[in-house]
Order: sequence, then structure tokens, then C-alpha cells
Amino acid sequence: MPNEHSMRRVTAIRNGTVVDHIPSGQALRVLEMLGIGGKSSVPVSLVMNVPSKKMGAKDIIKVEDRELTQTELDRLALVAPDAHVAIIRAYSVAEKLTINLGTEVLNVVRCTFSNCITTNLREPLPHRLKVIGRDPLHIRCHYCGRPQDLDELIKNVL
Amino acid sequence: MAGLITMDDLTNEQIIKILDDATRLLPVAKGELFLPLLQGRILGNLFFEPSTRTRMSFETAMKRLGGEVVNLGDIKNSSVVKGETLFDTIQMVDGYTDIIAMRHPRQGAAQYAQDSARVPIMNGGDGAGHHPTQTMLDLFTIRQAHGTLEGLKVVLAGDLRYGRTVHSLSHALTRFGCQLIFASPKLLKMPTEIVSDLRESGANVVETEDLLGSINDADVVYMTRIQKERFVDEDEYARCAGGYKLHADNLADVKSEMIIMHPLPRVDEIHASVDSTRHACYFNQAFNGVVARMALICYLLGVTVPVDVESEGGAL
Repeated sequence: MPNEHSMRRVTAIRNGTVVDHIPSGQALRVLEMLGIGGKSSVPVSLVMNVPSKKMGAKDIIKVEDRELTQTELDRLALVAPDAHVAIIRAYSVAEKLTINLGTEVLNVVRCTFSNCITTNLREPLPHRLKVIGRDPLHIRCHYCGRPQDLDELIKNVL
Repeated sequence: MAGLITMDDLTNEQIIKILDDATRLLPVAKGELFLPLLQGRILGNLFFEPSTRTRMSFETAMKRLGGEVVNLGDIKNSSVVKGETLFDTIQMVDGYTDIIAMRHPRQGAAQYAQDSARVPIMNGGDGAGHHPTQTMLDLFTIRQAHGTLEGLKVVLAGDLRYGRTVHSLSHALTRFGCQLIFASPKLLKMPTEIVSDLRESGANVVETEDLLGSINDADVVYMTRIQKERFVDEDEYARCAGGYKLHADNLADVKSEMIIMHPLPRVDEIHASVDSTRHACYFNQAFNGVVARMALICYLLGVTVPVDVESEGGAL
């Protein structure tokens, strides 16, 4: 009979998405980035700061009845670039998706600087942020060059 | 075709090449020789906010080399007030011209324009961002006075927070190993991200509120205007700005070859008594805007400046 420590913290889901290996403490940011809040109707399970061999501690999110799109993965890359994403169908892993934080984040978020040329929403060129460093995350607007604060960026998801 | 949006678009070798070209073009800039290197070329002057020196010096630079200029004109009479996007304006001017000089109140506008254009864009100031063509003329002026850009001690004073001139210049000076002293009121300090960028690039930066205590061993003192509207009340402005004024009496112990620069217009940060000292360099600096921009336009359009300008040029 399994003891308390070996029991699952969150039960398996039938259909949906599992985001694993989220840096410890970042799960709420991930949900915000994905636009999953208290008003969303899908069931969401979340565990934070659980032990991980690879990371020391990690967060995990399970979203039922929703499969993340490539656009959502691109958003996720900003908060959890090394997370593992699995699409679950009928309790089995149907697909493993790769998150890729490249050298540029294209049309995912808007620059947070109030005087940047991109604040004119009628301007048609894409929103471009350059990834200068990954750890810690260092991002600048391609156009105005301003460094971007992640907490502010989350509010500017396109 | 690549333009000049920030000083990062040029290597140190390219900067030196353009300054060398500018030096040879001096007699043309002064109107002593006519050398129509840019005949048949058209510059588009797109100034979305007021400019005197930058706009006029671009225009003069083009005309001294035999080129033509078209102006956006008063923004109140342009399509911009009808809501035209920058992208659309650039598409239009791109078709009319061979190169564009641009100033815009929004930061990042010059890069945005470059991404929208076929022709090179020269950034004449974008918000509080960059002003690299001013930096080129500043570097030209410093090298003209000291014979080098390497290892100089440069004091940048006044409004370092909003002054895009000093932002671009400090980046460029760092690349030539200059020591930088930032002298400003606390409210108008150089933005933290710029100071940390400079330090990451290996810059030797000192921040102080004491201008007069910093000038005696400086090679260059670069003054900027402190604007009243940056302060909550006039008393605070008077108290802060008072420490950032130069009078001829303050120059008794400075190095004999030290130069005082200013992007102009000045208000009262440099007293008229300084004008007649050997240190006053700001009017020559303003003139150098023409020759530096002549060399820059040639460079960006791939036009070679002859090694022997004197023999290639004709009389006016």
C-alpha cells in the first residue's frame, strides 16, 4: 500500500496539457501568461515547489480539456523556457511539445515602454523583442532598445 | 540598405574612416571648393519634431556635395495629422529619395523606419533614445581638438537623464577607452540601465553632483541644457541648475587644451564670457555637423570620398 510520500500530489488527467519542470515559484506567472485565471472554466491543477532531481524544486500545472497551441508555447517560453509540455489524450501522452526561446520573441508580447513607437497599435510591423540573456532572462525591445521587466511584460501579452 | 540608427551600427574602424573622410571634406563644407559627389541623389528630411541645427546641417551637407533635399515640412500640414502611420509615411518617402534623415518623438522610431525602408535611415533623434549623427560630429570635434579619441577624460554635465545626445556619446567614448565623469543633479542622473551597460562594456564611469570640482583635469567638458519643465517648482530648478553653469572665472585651473562643448541651444549654462576663451568649442562643433554628415551620407550611399579632395574639387 503506497505511503503518503509516494502518492500523486495531483491526479492524472484524461485529456488536456501537462506543463512540467516549471522553475519553482513560476507557476502563477505561467498561468497568467497563458491567460488562465480564476474566471476560466477549465479545471486546472497546480503544484508548487515539489522536489525535482533535475531542478531541486519545480512547479507543475495540469490543464484539463485544453491543448496548448504554438502561440501559447511561445508565451510560455518567456517564463519557463525549459519546461516540458505533454498533450494528454485518454490518460496517455499523445504528444510531447518543445518550447523554444530563441534569440527573438516575435509577436508574442508588446514592449512595455510607454514611449516606444510600437505603442501605436496601428503600426503594422511585428512586435519584436530580442533575447540578450537567458539566465537571468534579459530581454530588450528590438526597436527602442529598452530592457523589459517580466512582470510588466505579462500584462502586455498579445 | 543599412543606415545609422545607433552607434552600434558602426565599428570603431568605420567611425575612424568616416572621420577621416570628414577631415578631407572640410574645404567643401566651408564652401571653398565644390565637389558634387552626391549630384543626382536626394535626401528626405523627415523631422516629426522641431529641429534647427540637425535639419539645417543635413540639408547643407547634401547641398554642398551637389545633392538635393526634400522636406516633410511642417508636421501640422502633413498626412501625419490625418493619422498616417510611420510605416506608410516611410513607404512614400522611400520611393522619393535615396536616403532619409529622421527625428521622431517616439523612441525606436528610427529602427522601425529602417525596418520599413529600402533606403538608409539616419537617426536624427528618437525620443530620449539615440542621436548618433550628433555623436559623429561630437567625435569629429573631439578628435579635431585632441588629435585622438583614445583615453581622454570627458565630463558630461547637466541633463543626463533625458539628453539623448549624451546617451549616444557616452557609449561611443567608452569604445575608445575614455574615462567618463557624469556630473548632474540627482533628478537628472544618467539612466541606471545606461550606466550599467557602460560598466558592462568596461567603462570607467564616475557619477557626481560636483561639476566645478570635476573639470580641472578634464580634456573635454560637454555641457547640456537643464530644462525648467523637468522640475516640480522653479525654486528647485534654480537650486539645481545653479551648480551646472560655467563662467570664464571657473576656467582658471583647467588644462590649456581642454575644450567645452554643447549640442546647443544653450540658455545660461555657459556664460557669454566663456565664448572668447580658447576652451569654447561649441560653435565650431555646430559647424562640424555639416562636415560629419557629409562624410556619413557618402559612406551610407557607398560614395567614395577622394583621397585628394583639393585636386578633385572645383572652384565655386
